Amino acid sequence: MIHVILDYGVGNLASLQSGFERAGLESIITQDPSIIEKATSLVLPGVGAFEPAMKRLNEKNFIPLLKAHVKAGKPLLGICLGMQLLYETSLEHGTHQGLGFLKGTVEPLVKAPKIPHMGWNNLTFHTTSPLLLGILIESYVYFVHSYYAVSTQDDWVATTTHGEIIPAIVAHKNVIGMQFHPEKSARVGEQLLKNYGRWIDEYHSVNGSI
Amino acid sequence: MLAKRIIPCLDVNQGRVVKGQQFKSLKDVADPATLALRYSNEGADELVFYDITASSDERKISHAFVSQVAQQINIPFCVGGGISSVEDMHFILRQGADKISINTAAVLNPQLIKEGALRFGSQCIVLSVDAKKEGDEYLVYTHGGRQKTDLNVIEWIKKAVALGAGEIVLNTIDTDGELKGYDTLLIKMISNLVPVPVIASGGAGEIHHFVEAAKAGAEGLLAASVFHFETISIQDVKEALYKEGIPVRRHP
Repeated sequence: MIHVILDYGVGNLASLQSGFERAGLESIITQDPSIIEKATSLVLPGVGAFEPAMKRLNEKNFIPLLKAHVKAGKPLLGICLGMQLLYETSLEHGTHQGLGFLKGTVEPLVKAPKIPHMGWNNLTFHTTSPLLLGILIESYVYFVHSYYAVSTQDDWVATTTHGEIIPAIVAHKNVIGMQFHPEKSARVGEQLLKNYGRWIDEYHSVNGSI
Repeated sequence: MLAKRIIPCLDVNQGRVVKGQQFKSLKDVADPATLALRYSNEGADELVFYDITASSDERKISHAFVSQVAQQINIPFCVGGGISSVEDMHFILRQGADKISINTAAVLNPQLIKEGALRFGSQCIVLSVDAKKEGDEYLVYTHGGRQKTDLNVIEWIKKAVALGAGEIVLNTIDTDGELKGYDTLLIKMISNLVPVPVIASGGAGEIHHFVEAAKAGAEGLLAASVFHFETISIQDVKEALYKEGIPVRRHP
């Protein structure tokens, strides 16, 4: 299984790929539509602002590919800004339309004591997801962001608190989001990526190929 | 709740880590990636590398360590030393660093802070300040603490944050290398002054120094020699903070 990391010109993908490698997961960074189409596991990274990121996805004609991927029931993992793009709308510098795979709005962290929310913060679990296998309660992961997803609690796997309750890991069927950087979150982040990989392998063995 | 960060600091000269030069008998060097991995495994929350390579040509070669570190470790890290343009910042970030630290270059050209923050985000731009007490005020020093300026530390930090600096490393020259504790008075003053995190630097020699700086308001506690020479372990610092009710990431 090769995890396909979508390169749309946003963020440092080498670090993310190293994170996958340390977790024992094979990955490829690509802009090639034919590879993206064939992907079982698609990873949507991202740092920076919402609108330029959506614009880049649009310019590269990646939005229909992402929609087809999710519609086919294949796993999509959004990381940091990549998670925020999964939602319907963002209020970052205006109102902007997102990919709409998850219900909710991305809003500014107005109640946070310090912005950006930057550093190690601890997780509170909301479900018994396979993504949390081997992760201790109150484990710390590394966040860097100023906006957060205001969404239905049904999708919450884990949250953290920084002025507001912030969804940290979300999952709705085949769509998963991580607000923090698993590749920068020491052993906890590595275990979370391993869990994601294992979950995909199970998906793969049930749903077959590509 | 955000954890207080323990940050070992490493000086890099021509691509190699040089350990505490104030101890003349110890001149051993290490590979940045190897030492970074050790600190990361021991529970460091973040690392800071200062490239002290003298010439800019040699520094370009020296900076090859950044991508090696990025491949090895799974915690964030910051790189400083000789970064004087947005292009320099871009290069270091592209190699996998999470943050850039600027000091002298920002004093000489404050717009560099703004340009960097606009292009890469404030979270990437760390302002490192060398402060020295002169009478009843603190003055900013540049060039590795060798050159005095007429800038007041408080005014400079306020200006830098307004320009977009996302974090302040506050290094006090008087306490640096003395192992007698951080300047908690200045830490308290600056943390109350600006909304961005303040990292205490210079003077950590005993475990209680870390606790005092955290209580004074520092979000991060930076130290070099006590970690290099293994007089204090990162884990012991964290346990001491934890016992005082200060949130820390106890399990590496």
